[in-house]
Amino acid sequence: MTTPKELRAQGATPMVAMDDISVSFGGIKAVDQVSVDLHPGEVVGLLGHNGAGKSTLIKVLSGAYQMDSGEIRINGDKVEITNPRDARSHNIETIYQTLALADNLDAASNLFLGREIVTSTGLVNDAAMEAECRKIMGRLNPNFRKFNEPVSALSGGQRQSVAIARAVYFNARILIMDEPTAALGPHETQMVAELIQQLKAQGIGIFLIDHDVHAVMELCDRASVMKNGQLVGTVDIEDVTDDDLLSMIILGKKPGEAAA
Amino acid sequence: MTVTTSQPVTPQNKRNIFQQLELDVRLLGMIGAFIILCIGFNLVTDGRFLTPRNIFNLTIQTVSVAIMASGMVFVIVTRHIDLSVGALLATCSAVMAMTQTEFVPHVLGLGLNHPITWIVAVGVGLVTGTLIGAFHGWMIGYLTIPAFIVTLGGFLVWRNVAWYLTDGQTIGPLDSTFMMFGGTNGTLGTSLSWSLGLVATVAALLVLWNARRAKLAHDFPVKPLWAEVIMGLVVSGAILGFVAVLNAYDIPTRRLQRMFEAKGDVMPEGLTMGYGLPISVLILIAVAIVMTVVARRTRLGRYIFATGGNPDAAELSGINTRLLTVKVFSIMGFLCALSAVVASARLANHSNDIGTLDELRVIAAAVIGGTALSGGFGTIYGAILGALIMQSLQSGMAMVGVDAPFQNIVVGAVLVAAVFIDIVYRKRVGAK
Ligand SMILES: Nc1ncnc2c1ncn2[C@@H]1O[C@H](COP(=O)(O)OP(=O)(O)OP(=O)(O)O)[C@@H](O)[C@H]1O
Ligand SMILES: [Mg+2]
Repeated sequence: MTTPKELRAQGATPMVAMDDISVSFGGIKAVDQVSVDLHPGEVVGLLGHNGAGKSTLIKVLSGAYQMDSGEIRINGDKVEITNPRDARSHNIETIYQTLALADNLDAASNLFLGREIVTSTGLVNDAAMEAECRKIMGRLNPNFRKFNEPVSALSGGQRQSVAIARAVYFNARILIMDEPTAALGPHETQMVAELIQQLKAQGIGIFLIDHDVHAVMELCDRASVMKNGQLVGTVDIEDVTDDDLLSMIILGKKPGEAAA
Repeated sequence: MTVTTSQPVTPQNKRNIFQQLELDVRLLGMIGAFIILCIGFNLVTDGRFLTPRNIFNLTIQTVSVAIMASGMVFVIVTRHIDLSVGALLATCSAVMAMTQTEFVPHVLGLGLNHPITWIVAVGVGLVTGTLIGAFHGWMIGYLTIPAFIVTLGGFLVWRNVAWYLTDGQTIGPLDSTFMMFGGTNGTLGTSLSWSLGLVATVAALLVLWNARRAKLAHDFPVKPLWAEVIMGLVVSGAILGFVAVLNAYDIPTRRLQRMFEAKGDVMPEGLTMGYGLPISVLILIAVAIVMTVVARRTRLGRYIFATGGNPDAAELSGINTRLLTVKVFSIMGFLCALSAVVASARLANHSNDIGTLDELRVIAAAVIGGTALSGGFGTIYGAILGALIMQSLQSGMAMVGVDAPFQNIVVGAVLVAAVFIDIVYRKRVGAK
């Protein structure tokens, strides 16, 4: 299989290209002319301080926000993503930072929300959905037991597993993970890292937002760093060190550029 | 993606008998309160409260509010409110009254009591209610005007549209077939009621059995067989007992004579006939079943509850929450129109004040029935039981001879107390 790096070297069309995306809230430019792209089997880390605009950028791709200007291309074709349904139809799945679960429903109902399994008569098939939910949770979080309780009764990490399960269950081609390990313990974090490796091997492209530079160094092929809504730069992980990334995040300068 | 390992299903350690039966403790509490209420009134009235006659009347008086309360559950679950249901009922009632006394007889020239009159009237009424509800839902969902404001406006608008349509006059008598939806004028009689009761019992047992089989098929834990049998017995007993009581209320001899005279027959000496199930109650039962299925087993219902639990999550999951709002209010409008059929048929005419204060009764029924105003929680059966409790309280106090102002004071206090108990209960069990 060609690696993402080789694909880029050959000048292959990226599976996702976000070009010159701008989003503003009122007067504030939350995202200012940012361009990022993603190849099959590639993990691109998005880094930046709090409020840098990372979540806003990926919410444009997931259909939660509308961009003011810019262009999204999927496999080279320009697409309009105006709501989350559009994004799903392009096989883009998202784990939101806020998890976006309906607290009053159980894990299976959340997992299948918007895409329920129905019986031949068109009624929702709760038993089948619970069975599927047990299967996938068995893989993501084997200690998970609370299948018949509303997710409000779950711990932060358990809720996170439900959100992750929802994103990976439906054969995503493009996966957006906004701080997926924020509420997870060390063991669960390790499982997510393994999951990312597996998904990557299946040719899924992943945007990973994470504040942990170490994790980014380990999991990502490239990293794009944002500061104050603008793109500082995109680097190959192989070419940089932890400290290079940190200085990009903090100083907003690409390595090699002279520090002012 | 291939998934290999599966979660083992661990049998849970059940602690007490309620948990073994998997009964909703909240529902049991409400039924308990209702039984105490009935027995209390029965003692104070020397047994007049729990006569077949009074139970029959109580049932048909509850129908109209109960039908609307089941729709209000959806409205409140999605974090909205509808203050216009009484006024909407009045407009639908006025439209239907004008259809059957003016439009069909005079404009279409079919005369009074034509066989198609009731169908036209009911059809026109249901369409009117649904469209007005959809219009409310559109303003709330797409124009993002708060439901409180839209329906507060609707409260004034529709009450007075009804007034304008009828010049404020009482319109009646209504079509004779139409009036069969009111209660006393349209009952199934004893034998048909028994047959229906038996069919319902068999159907209920089948539902229980199928639910168990579906769980077993997926290796999910099921309750012990004895618990299942007890549930089956209780359900069958309740259905057949209800039929027995309604059958036990005999049609007054005078009325029976008139019914025979109307057919051109003479009533045989000494004949007695029970009323049996009123058609209006059948309508309520049908509404309850359909709404429960919608709530629990359809995507629409799933989305209604998801949106109530977390509107943003619902939106991000690809649910069109604006269209959902239109659907929810259309259902509410449809049910208001259905209630208008029952209410005006029961009164045998359309009066200008029909449905007055119903919005408050309906909201109270839903809330007493466990619908949380913060959204996301509520059951159809709870709301119907809530309506029944409110009506029993009101009728019971009237029977005891409590002064009118005190009746309302008590109902108001009960509403607040019920919600308080609910809050305490939810905190205890840790639900939201
Ligand atoms: N819905 C919104 N309305 C107004 N301003 C917003 C909204 N969402 C984000 N912002 C603003 O846009 C900017 C970027 O926010 P964003 O959530 O994208 O940051 P982030 O990089 O994801 O930060 P974090 O690491 O804290 O998650 C911030 O200044 C934030 O206040
Ligand atoms: Mg963020």
